[in-house]
This record gives sequence, C-alpha cells and structure tokens, in this order.
Amino acid sequence: MESVLASDVGARSSELDITVERGQRAVFCGLTSIVWLHRKIQDAFFLVVGSRTCAHLLQSAAGVMIFSEPRFATAVLEDRDLAGMADCAEEVERVIAQVLARRPNLKTLFLVSSCPSEVIKIDLENIARRYREKSQGSLRVIAYSGSGIETTFTQGEDSCLQNLVPEMPAGTDEQNQLLIVGSLPDIVEDQFMRLFAELGLENVAFFPGRRSETFAAIGPGTRVLLAQPYLGETARALIARGATLLKAPYPLGAEGSLAWFRAAAKSFNIADSLFDETMRAPYERAQRSLEGCKRELEHRRIAFLPDSQLEIPLARFLARECGMIPTEVSTPFYDAMTMAEETPLLPDGIDLFEGQDLDAALDRVKLSRPDLTVCGLGIANPLEAEGLRTKWSIELMFSPIQGFDQAGDLAELFARPLRRKARLEVGSWN
Amino acid sequence: MELTLWTYEGPPHVGAIRVAASMERVHLVLHAPQGDTYADLLFTMIERDGKRPPVTYTTFQARDLGGSTANRFLDTLRAAAERFKPQVLLVGDSCTAELIQDQPGSLASTAGLSMPVIPLEMAAYSRKENWGASETFFQLVAGLLRAAPKPERGERSPSTRPSVNLLGPTKLGFRCRDDILEIESLLNGVGIDVNVVAPLGASPSDLLKIPAADLNVCLYPEVAASSCQWLKREFGMPYVDIVPLGYGATREFLTALAEQLNHPIDVDAIDHCRLPWYSRSIDSTYLTGKRVFIFGDATHAVAAARVASKELGFEVVGLGTYSREQARDVRTAAQALGLKALITNDYLEVEAEVERLGPELVLGTQMERHIAKRLGIGCAVISTPAHVQDYPARYSPQMGFEGANVMFDTWVHPLVMGLEEHLLTMFRDDFEFNDDAVPSHLAEEGGGKRPEEVVVDTPEGIAWAHSAESELKKIPFFVRGKARRNAELFAIEHGLNRIEVETLYEAKAHFSR
Repeated sequence: MESVLASDVGARSSELDITVERGQRAVFCGLTSIVWLHRKIQDAFFLVVGSRTCAHLLQSAAGVMIFSEPRFATAVLEDRDLAGMADCAEEVERVIAQVLARRPNLKTLFLVSSCPSEVIKIDLENIARRYREKSQGSLRVIAYSGSGIETTFTQGEDSCLQNLVPEMPAGTDEQNQLLIVGSLPDIVEDQFMRLFAELGLENVAFFPGRRSETFAAIGPGTRVLLAQPYLGETARALIARGATLLKAPYPLGAEGSLAWFRAAAKSFNIADSLFDETMRAPYERAQRSLEGCKRELEHRRIAFLPDSQLEIPLARFLARECGMIPTEVSTPFYDAMTMAEETPLLPDGIDLFEGQDLDAALDRVKLSRPDLTVCGLGIANPLEAEGLRTKWSIELMFSPIQGFDQAGDLAELFARPLRRKARLEVGSWN
Repeated sequence: MELTLWTYEGPPHVGAIRVAASMERVHLVLHAPQGDTYADLLFTMIERDGKRPPVTYTTFQARDLGGSTANRFLDTLRAAAERFKPQVLLVGDSCTAELIQDQPGSLASTAGLSMPVIPLEMAAYSRKENWGASETFFQLVAGLLRAAPKPERGERSPSTRPSVNLLGPTKLGFRCRDDILEIESLLNGVGIDVNVVAPLGASPSDLLKIPAADLNVCLYPEVAASSCQWLKREFGMPYVDIVPLGYGATREFLTALAEQLNHPIDVDAIDHCRLPWYSRSIDSTYLTGKRVFIFGDATHAVAAARVASKELGFEVVGLGTYSREQARDVRTAAQALGLKALITNDYLEVEAEVERLGPELVLGTQMERHIAKRLGIGCAVISTPAHVQDYPARYSPQMGFEGANVMFDTWVHPLVMGLEEHLLTMFRDDFEFNDDAVPSHLAEEGGGKRPEEVVVDTPEGIAWAHSAESELKKIPFFVRGKARRNAELFAIEHGLNRIEVETLYEAKAHFSR
C-alpha cells in the first residue's frame, strides 16, 4: 500500500502562501464545543460563567434538543455582579452549590470562562482551586476559557483538554503508551481500538476518555497521535510533559486513515507485513465505499469558509480521494505544527486564507460560484438563496466521519447536496 | 448570577437584530466579540431566511482589547455604511462590548456619516430579547418622528376610508407573516386601509408615514406597546390594544376599531369563522373539561387561556409566562380562572409544574413541546421561542377568524377525539390493539414507541392492593395517571392506607361530583 506521509511525497513549498484576513468573522466561539464535549465526557458538568448570550448560543447551536436536563448550564451575570454589589467568587460558589444540589454525584465540574467573565476578570482558576481545596478532592473543578475573545469554535475543546493535561499522572520512561487525542464518537473509538489490538498495540488510551475520573499517565514513553486537527495547545502541553507527538495526517478518508495508523505502527515498530495484513481489508472497504460518491464529486469545485479547523484535512481528502477541486480553503487560524503533514498534500492552485473578512469572502464565493461551499449555519441558506449549493459545517463535528468505515459517510455528506440539486424540479439552483 | 439551563429569551441585542432584520434599508452595526454572530442562524435556519440579517459585527478578539476596539468599531461602521448604504444605521453593543464602554453611539456621531445614526442602549445584564426588540423599535420610531411635523388630528371626512397602522410584527415572532396577511384582509373587508405595517417589511421612510393613519393597532404588545404609548402622547394617535387572537377577541377587536374610528362595521356579516360551530358540534363534547396547561409570552398565553376555556371548553389547570415585564396581565388572567400564575424563566420549574398537574394538553413554547414529549402529553406550540417546524410553509395565522380556525385544529389534533375515545375503550382488550400500541395522536410526535408512563411516586403510607393495580390498568392510558392521583388523593383525605378496587371507584364518584 502506498504511503501518503507528507515526508514521502514531493513537499509543497515550505514557504506557505496564506493570506491573513482580520475582518468580520462568522464563526462560533469556543463555548460551542461544550455541545459535543458534554456528550463525550458524560460524568462531567460544564458551567459557563457568562451572559444570557452564552446560554442562548449554547441552546441555539445545540438545536434546542431538550430531552432531559442538560449537563451544561450558564451562570448568567446580572447588574449586581457587575456593579460590585455581589462578590463574584461567592456567586460562582453559590451557583456551583445549586448545580451540585441537582447532581450530588458529580465528579468533574468545568468552570468555563466567557467573553464577559474574562473582560471583567473573574478569576475562575482561583475559584476552581479554592473549591477543590474546600471539597477535599471529592469534586474535580477545572477552569478553562471558551470565550470568543480567546477561542473559536473547536478551540474550545483544545482549551478544555489543555487544562486537563495537569490532571494526568506522571508516567514512567518505560511505559510505552499510545495516546489518541481529540474527542471521537464512541463508535469510532471502538473501531480504532479493534484495529490497534490487531496490530498488537494494547496500551492505547483516548483523551478525553469517556469518564472524567480516569486519566492516562503521561511521560516520556507516551506517543501522542492527534485524532483532531485543532488541538495544537493540548499537543504542546503534552509535549511539555515529555510526550512525543507523532507526525501524521488526520484519519479522514481511506488514505488519511491508513497514514494515521501507519504513523502509530512505525513508532511502535510494527512489522510491515502485520500492518499491511491488518489494514488491507478496512482500507479496501473504505476505498470501495468511496466509489459511488466519487462519481458525483469528481471535478466539482469546492470552497471552504473558515469554521472548524477541519478545512485543510477535508480539502485534502476531497481532492485526493474524491477528485474534487478545492478553490478556496479558509481556516480560522493556521497552526503550522498541527498542519505539518496535511498542507503539503493539498493540490496546487488553492487560495489559502487564515482568519476571515466575511463580506469579502462572500463576494469571492459569489464570483467564483463553486459547486459546493462549506460554511457555518448562519450563512448556508443565504448562499443557497443565491443559487449556490452548501454543506453546513457543524454537521462535520456532530457526525462520525473519522476512520476507514466512515470514509463513505464523509463523502456522502458532500455528495448529498449535489444529489439533491440533481433531483429537485422546484425552484432553481444555478 | 442566575443559574440558567435553557433560556426562553435571548439577550436584548437579539431583539435589536430582530427589528433590524424585519425592516428594509436599516443596518445594525453591533460591537460584539467573535462568536456573537451565532445570532444569524436564528434567522437563516429557524425562519429559513434567504438573506443574512442586516448586521455587521465587529467580532473583536483578545488582541484587540488593548485599546484598539474603538478603532475597530469605527472601521467596521464606515465599511458597513459604505457597503450597505442604509437609510438609517443602528449602532449598539452586545453584552461584552457593553463592559468595554467604547460607547458606539458617541463614536458613530463623530464618524461623519451621511445617514442618520440611532444609538441603542441594550442593558444586557438586566434585560432580555423582547425588551430589546421593543426598545429598538421605539428608538427608531421616536428617533425618526421626534422632529417630524405633527399633523392636525381633526375629524376624518366621511368620504375617506379610515386607515390604521399595524405595529409590532417581527422576524422570529410567532406566525407574524400570516397574522399580518389575515388582519390586512380582515380590515380590507370592512373598509379600513392599512397605512403602515412595522417593523416587518417597513423601511425608515415608511415609519415617517405612521402619523398619517387614524389609529395604531398594537398587534404585538411585547414589541409595540412603548411605541404606541409614545405616539399617543406625542401625536395624539389613539391605539387599540385588543389583540385579535381567538374568536371572541377578533370580534371585540373589530368592534373597538369601529368605535374608535367612528366607522360602522357589521361584524356578523363578515364573521365566517368555523370555530363556533366546530366547538358546538357533538364530537367536541369530548373536549369538555380537558385539562390544559398554558405557558408562553404574555400575549399568547393570556389569549390561549381565553380561547381554551371559553371557546373550546377546556379546563385551564395552569397558566404562566416567562415574561416578567408583562406578568401582571397573566396574573390577572390566571386569577379569573381561579389559578395562581406561574411567572418564571426556569424551564425546570415549568416542567415540574406540568408533571405535577398532569394535563391532557400542553400549549406552550418550543421548551414545553419538549417537556410534553418527554411526559407523553399532547402539545401545540402557541408562542415563541419556537423552532423551525413552527415556521410552516402553509398559511397558518393565529390572529383573526382564520387564526381561530387554525387554533381549533391545532389544539384539538393532539387530543383523543370523541368517537376515538369510545373506540379506545371498546378495543382496549383486543389482542392487536392494546395499551402498548402507540395512539395515533402521539405517533407523529413520539415515533414508534409509547413514551414511558410517568408514575409519580405513591405518597408515603399508602399502598395499592394488587387487585386495584390491575383494575387501574383497565383504564385507558390517557386518563390512568389522573385516576391514580385521584385515588391517592382520596385515600389521603379519608385516612386510608390501602387502595382497594372499591377505593378506586369511591374516588371516581367523589371527584366527579
């Protein structure tokens, strides 16, 4: 099987040609990542200290799907908190007590700072520390920033995980462990675990885990493999604890998944024969699953507006494995470390942007009229009304898309809007 | 600080965006951090708007906080003015920007723009969305009309048709699009012209025409009450604040217009409403005393209580609102029904109340729809906040005579209806048709499986005899909870510690007195 590690292919010019835009942004803030983090870490509670806007954002992004009491909430700041009439630390503690009264068995509480709490400098870290001391360790309280002034969308997970790294116990030099970093749907984790086991890798841990009480030990023997591309700060925190970051593209598509597993296998000196034998069936299955959509996607032009940091890996997958032609790929911010194995795999002729200037970006898309535009929820219908087909990007965060057995599903997400266009005889898309 | 799990209303600046998005040729420049742009999706996803709301956000980040946020605001303002060329530019803060105190209003006044700028003070830490919409609409009306000439309000000449303004409909309001069509057609049929509809569909030039009408209709008091009061004070314009939600209210609305406009209206001649006959027809006998719980914005909740109790013959067992500003009206309406109004922002409190009361129908917002779904109770949405399915493709007004028809259908649909109720009893023991099959009226909501029966814990000191438990199971699902509660209540009241079959029937007789 052909390797696709970036170091093995003709690398793109090391001098990256990326345009930085500093205008109006249409991205979610980091609080939004609570929507999937609370599903992943099911014994934790996320308490945002913020405004009604924060609460409104969370329920709007979550689609107001209330079937039970959520495991996240907002302590909404009021006039008296701002006027100094109330001691904010005491207020936060009072609200924590309210949360605990509803959920007495809570093990981990995340105190998430927001734009307003950061601007008025409420020190949640200090509050978290005090509360932990007071509760004598029975409740793990961890503060992190999910604010829009510090984080965009998926950076919320990066910020959360980064602040969990100090909770991980120290591992020994000899302890050879593979740590998969980034929340993945449970079904994907299970598939990955089976494949690692077949490769003979038994000491594999996921971060974050499904339960917040148990943490993998971290130390010089830890090899970190990122499952999500937006975790640069978490990776750096793990490296600072002695871990080694494995170089790999992200497990999107057949090729991406293969290269991702290969990075782990190489690091643990797994024999090529065992690797090939283990990966053959899932790899071929993934390739087969792409055939149908590939016919629909091939030669179609696609543009990415900035959203989740998944843009570059997705463009790589769609270009190399589905034959699409990415025209513009924008990402909220560009982290050279986490993109090191991805950017060189992009075909030439793509306009790369970091940041955003919304009106200018919309003008470009309306001018170049790609067959598909990947964008945030707020912009999708307006572009459709202009006759453009879109794929709303938040679905890429909520659906299982990683690994061999999801490669077809991932392509399907992009093919469906085009198929719909072909099918409908009402209205008109140009 | 207030612990908030879900919120009925957004922050006040979302109300401002609703007004801006409802209007033509108005643009809002909102000083706001990155992330606040989520508000766009409320319009483009929930209401399926084909264009972004006319808002430019400054989307400042931490790196801008060192003093350059004011410059960022000014740059954004100038670019938006140039690009969108609105007739009026609104400027305001979201919650975070309010703390930075850049004061967009003062900054904008120095920017030398060619169009009028109206600054908004949104009070993000004490107010909410509907207040923000009301305040924004008021600032627009007052800002544009303050300096306008005040026309003499003499007698209207008999040869001219009277005209009114319809004030208050907005984007993301409840069925505003269809309500306006319905009321316009109703008024047109009785010889009244509609002068201006605002904010929905109006431009700033349209707002300038408001004083030309004879009267204002305060159609959505949550948004328009303060503007109507100001127009009365400043321009001597009378206003009608009877909201035509429901059959009786629609007739009263027309009568009030006739009186205030001194314009005869033959209400009977145009009353083609089907609700009165549908409600009197014998199948509807089964609606009598259906227990209904109502929660929503004040206007829709109060109207629903009247329609439910007087026009459909339901028993209103609970009434409340999330809107503290309009709580007084709801308290009055509740009192008239012998109830204590539930005034709260906390949806868990609403859920507990629904669970406690065990109604057969819930009329509420999107939140109550979820509560009802979880508890396996039928539900119809009557108020914002609403979700995408409550912005239907079909014509579906709430106001006017057609609105009353729509309410009849929508509220009766989730209930077990007349003949169906008999059939359920007849076929209860049929092997193919039993209590575990999904009733047709819930299949749509609940999918393939009957929701878990919610069994409130039996009060302490009371036990159910096995025979009574099995007798209880013979009672149809939809009244079983009520029968259980009644039996337990009866046992407590009579100091019984064991419920036998007899007790069940004693309780039945006792409570049906």
